Amino acid sequence: MREVAVIGSGVTKFGELWDKSLAGLVAEAGISAIMDAGIDGTDIDAMYIGGMSAGRFVGQEHLGSLAAEVSGLSELHISSTRVEAACASGGLALHSGYLAVASGAYDMVVVGGAEKMTDVVGKEATNILASAADREWEAFLGVTFPGLYALMARYHMHKYGTTSEQLAKVAVKNHYNGSFNPKAQYNRKITVEDVLNSTMVADPLHLLDCSPITDGAAAVVITSLDKAKEYAEEPIKILASAQASDSISLAGRSRLDALPATTAAASKAYRQAGLEPSGIDFAEVHDCFTIAEIMAIEDLGFVNKGEGGKAMDEGLTELDGKLPINTSGGLKSKGHPVGATGIAQIHELILQLKGKADKRQIEKAEVGMAHNIGGSGGTAVIHIMEAI
Amino acid sequence: MEKAGIVGYGGYVPKYRIKADEIARVWGKNGKSVSAGLGVYEKSVPGIDEDTATISVEAARRAVYSSGIDPKEIGAVYVGSESHPYAVKPTATIVGEAIGATPDMTAADYEFACKAGTAAIQTCMGLVISDMVKYGLAIGTDVSQAAPGDALEYAASAGGAAYIIGKDNMIAVINETVSYTTDTPDFWRREGEPYPGHGERFTGEPAYFRHVISSTKKLMNKMGTESPDYTYAVFHQPNGKFPMRAAKRLGFSKEQMEEGLLSPIIGNTYSGSTPLGLSAILDVAQPGDRILVTSYGSGAGSDSFDITVTDKIENYPRNNIRKMIEDKVYLDYAFYMKHRGEFK
Amino acid sequence: MGVARYWREIPQRYNLMGTKCKSCGKVYFPPKAICPSCRRKSVGKMEDYKLKGTGTIETYTIIYAPPPYFEGEEPYAIALIKMDEGCNMMGQIVDCELGEIHIGMKVESCFRRIEEDGSSGAIQYGYKFRKAE
Repeated sequence: MREVAVIGSGVTKFGELWDKSLAGLVAEAGISAIMDAGIDGTDIDAMYIGGMSAGRFVGQEHLGSLAAEVSGLSELHISSTRVEAACASGGLALHSGYLAVASGAYDMVVVGGAEKMTDVVGKEATNILASAADREWEAFLGVTFPGLYALMARYHMHKYGTTSEQLAKVAVKNHYNGSFNPKAQYNRKITVEDVLNSTMVADPLHLLDCSPITDGAAAVVITSLDKAKEYAEEPIKILASAQASDSISLAGRSRLDALPATTAAASKAYRQAGLEPSGIDFAEVHDCFTIAEIMAIEDLGFVNKGEGGKAMDEGLTELDGKLPINTSGGLKSKGHPVGATGIAQIHELILQLKGKADKRQIEKAEVGMAHNIGGSGGTAVIHIMEAI
Repeated sequence: MEKAGIVGYGGYVPKYRIKADEIARVWGKNGKSVSAGLGVYEKSVPGIDEDTATISVEAARRAVYSSGIDPKEIGAVYVGSESHPYAVKPTATIVGEAIGATPDMTAADYEFACKAGTAAIQTCMGLVISDMVKYGLAIGTDVSQAAPGDALEYAASAGGAAYIIGKDNMIAVINETVSYTTDTPDFWRREGEPYPGHGERFTGEPAYFRHVISSTKKLMNKMGTESPDYTYAVFHQPNGKFPMRAAKRLGFSKEQMEEGLLSPIIGNTYSGSTPLGLSAILDVAQPGDRILVTSYGSGAGSDSFDITVTDKIENYPRNNIRKMIEDKVYLDYAFYMKHRGEFK
Repeated sequence: MGVARYWREIPQRYNLMGTKCKSCGKVYFPPKAICPSCRRKSVGKMEDYKLKGTGTIETYTIIYAPPPYFEGEEPYAIALIKMDEGCNMMGQIVDCELGEIHIGMKVESCFRRIEEDGSSGAIQYGYKFRKAE
């Protein structure tokens, strides 16, 4: 298997983009990444596009073909594939593209992710998101997606004494970071009081503990490491690309205080990269809900199980902390256009690794990790990257 | 002719209550005089996710479990109600499936205002005595609705009871049943209408009293009995007053009526009314006790039963409906409306 | 939900019919075609098994923002319950003050209305849980 690197990336603005369509977002991100990579359409061998539920959000399936058309590449008849793993669709698309390049099957691959969530009303969007859960044995009974994470939050609080304040600190930190990100959905800073006073969505998660409904797209261009050096001044090497699955239903999990898929994917990723958790300088983790970030930093081995809350109190993961997490603003403040998130995380890693993160640039950014989760933990995709 | 009887029984009343006082408060009436006048102080309110099917299943499951019979031996299921969840698609099949009696059974839903449950008992008796089935399951349940502000609102409530009718291991033998039926339009609900209409005072003498008293007298004539011969008596209970007035006219004492009178604390469960009243009596009856039961359904008719309790009741795990009724939670009018599904 | 889709799961929804692996004895709900522990060894050895319906709450939440079919019912509680047989089930907790619900609470299943397809569609019944007697 040969080594793979990223030579270009691009993201659209994330937010309620009333004047943008799904197709428009796909084209914008794709073209931006291709221009950033400095490649020609004829250089591209394959495309992978992650999207969770375009069929229900906008009545559109067959995204591989749609992406080929709107990117102006349909006459080139390249291989184009839609990848779906709920909220991990983006990360899984990258993993798929990575395998294609690493195996030698394709040389130059564009990987993107997109979701257009605001063409339906909020309640309908929430209902569609619930298809990331087990429809017959969870959603049918009245549990919502926030409800699933709330079940884990309450368990974590009961077992480890994690508090609502510690959960709120995740949202506060991510909004602070997001205030420096011009592409983020929300640029406003919030306080712990703001979070605790916001409406309860699913006890103990308040409105501000939950990531929003967002439109957006992101794309990267990957190729073999050798070839990358021909195109990019600073290719970003993919040290690891790993995926793990677990039961779709929470009832089928082996534990409720962690996402075993995260730990399994992380283990594969660390082994592939030849690193320990201490070798990671910063990470974009999947904070679909504040509890998810707390469990993630535990499951990824950054802190001991149960000490995620304490880490928030100690400021470990702040922008100026020892291990900055979600410098982009995370899903919470940057926004969570489901299929795009996994790729948007990669884009942030690239900005930091290249020293181009502007007002939110961290000091030590040599090795970064992206952690992307599908549903309540049914899929985990992890990438580790470094600048060379 | 062989006799059929009760092999098992179970009753269920939802947990929620609203006081007559609270309803009166909203409509600007004097709660004390309304409840004193009706003899109903509070009524049962179903959970937002409860309906005639769910309550029938609860009652039926209790009957099957406490009787110890194999549900596969139930050959017929009849559910009587005026609030079946579907106008077309029987509640009886939902119950049959939920208790494991399907597919070797017959089923149908009954409607005869508040006496649909006792009509089901009579049908099961016939099927059992003729050896067409080994056990028949007869259920009377309602989640009765009344128009907000209407006089009926103080009593229209939710509950149901199930009876397994058979010939062996009876805890109570039904010695005889008679009925008195006429076309009397005292109370009705048209297809598609959410609430019933009624003839106000016409629902008394020419309706309830005529049929209850005629049917009961007919039964006692046939059996050669007089009111003191019975340990207990239970009549249909649209409120707390009507059954006691009927009792007085028929010569039944307060002591005979007490045990079976539930309407003051749960209201009028319509098709569940007489079946639940009987279940309260079976909860305390002793071998040899004799029970007189007369139901009433608007439209109109009464079914009467002469029942003798056997010694098999001594080892029977009683349902204890009064204990279930005591485990209650009060709602205010807003939550009562929410529970009725008014805000869905 | 389509009627066929709901109907085929009636044994599960009404009567908690799960499966038991004849190879290792573990009980699963909903039914499984293959035991996650025994995998290949369990093929053809999964038998119908009716759960008792009793269990203990492992964790719970109160839903304040309901999905479309449950509007008008909020707030309501959802719990993840460890059944006596060892497997987990998810379900609503009913007939209980929301503040009373706690981890470790013993519950039993009951038969309730889950959803309906509007006022003219079919009604879906199923299991919920209440405090065990």
